[in-house]
Amino acid sequence: MIKTDILIIGAGPTGLFTVFEAGLLKLKCHLIDALPQPGGQCSEIYPKKPIYDIPAYPEILAGDLTDKLLEQCKQFEPGFTLGERAETIDKQEDGTFIVTTNKGTKHQAPVVAIAGGLGSFEPRKPLIHNITDFEDKGVEYIIKDPEIYRDKKVVIAGGGDSALDWSIFLSDVASEVTLIHRRNEFRGHLDSVEKVQDLKNKGKINLITPAEVIGIVGDRKVKAIVVKQAKHIEKEFEIDCDHFVPLFGLSPKLGPIANWGLEIEKNAIVVNNALDYQTNIPGIFAIGDVNTYPGKLKLILCGFHEATLMCQAAYKIINPGKRYVLKYTTVSGIDGFDGTRKEAPKAVVKAIE
Amino acid sequence: MEQDVNIKIIDRDGITHEILAPTDMAMNLMEVVRSYELAPEGTIGICGGMAMCASCQCYVNSTHELPEMQDDEEAMLSEAFYVKDNSRLGCQIQITPEMEGLEVELAPES
Repeated sequence: MIKTDILIIGAGPTGLFTVFEAGLLKLKCHLIDALPQPGGQCSEIYPKKPIYDIPAYPEILAGDLTDKLLEQCKQFEPGFTLGERAETIDKQEDGTFIVTTNKGTKHQAPVVAIAGGLGSFEPRKPLIHNITDFEDKGVEYIIKDPEIYRDKKVVIAGGGDSALDWSIFLSDVASEVTLIHRRNEFRGHLDSVEKVQDLKNKGKINLITPAEVIGIVGDRKVKAIVVKQAKHIEKEFEIDCDHFVPLFGLSPKLGPIANWGLEIEKNAIVVNNALDYQTNIPGIFAIGDVNTYPGKLKLILCGFHEATLMCQAAYKIINPGKRYVLKYTTVSGIDGFDGTRKEAPKAVVKAIE
Repeated sequence: MEQDVNIKIIDRDGITHEILAPTDMAMNLMEVVRSYELAPEGTIGICGGMAMCASCQCYVNSTHELPEMQDDEEAMLSEAFYVKDNSRLGCQIQITPEMEGLEVELAPES
């Protein structure tokens, strides 16, 4: 059981900044995220795109914003459960909550802050009628352990970076790699595209374009896939394989959070914006893009503000009746949980002679 | 208003909406759909309009001359589902006076 003060669901910008604001109040945080890395959409969808409305940054790349937020909250030693989706929440008799992930990891905290953005990122599944029958029986939407492909025949579908990068990587692991894409053009880093071209020329990657996988053949496990190729004359044929890995990106879904008994409106969690962004369940807060209230704007900078107010309310829940007064970091400095201290340099008093 | 254009949008439930869209607010078709809430929040414009998610895919049913498809839109559509010959990403269609009478249908959510 992982125990913390504030359990944050979602490690995007709002969740990461919560760690900092909570740390100033001596509250510890742990974050759960379905993605394998922190940063949320900023890392997953558009790390190389600029953002222009972060105060004091005329321009910052989304990926760099994530790095800066991680650096800013580092001394408050946040814990992470990455690559797991928060599945269930159970209120305990002592008022705390236990949140369990899809992999069974349990987390306990008196305050839960949902900073889940548009939801957890789920793989987009191609429209192949029998594909769900073969999930985990040769069809994988995410590559977790490349070793399972050793000396196997693998077919990858998709035209983005992950399809290219995994084709390159697996060309050294699998006995046979086939890459299938609907067009001849690929959308990826130039060096990845060139590398695939090189591997294709060397016969290490079997490239089939423009083509589409339209069926899966097998008895309990994948034996082959059916390909429709549109080049010159349209034709259909089978390719023998042990694994079929469709990589068509991820799309966010609110997911299991929708069943937690929270008031939901327009795919977002209704909160009290006049006070502290608490939901209809006391002790559970929703901050950032995942919440809604009259006048809500889905902006990173609004998430930062919401996180700050939420932490004040969390402090009152965790330390009932305990006095506290807002402090300025410039005046008080920052005492990290790791023993570090940051503070403004003392003024120098020296006579001028 | 003078600078508004009339657009016909069929939502994902097959219901036709005849709406007015401003041409002077630098809005694109995806944003117009969101402003009229013709698709639930969180199911359209997920990437914010960067041609990186295809959640605003639509089928253009009228014969308007549309802005030429850029590489990123073409690439995104090549990875999207339910794609037809008249598929476009709504976020890449700016609302200009030339869009008067445009007719589109939202593609299914995927």
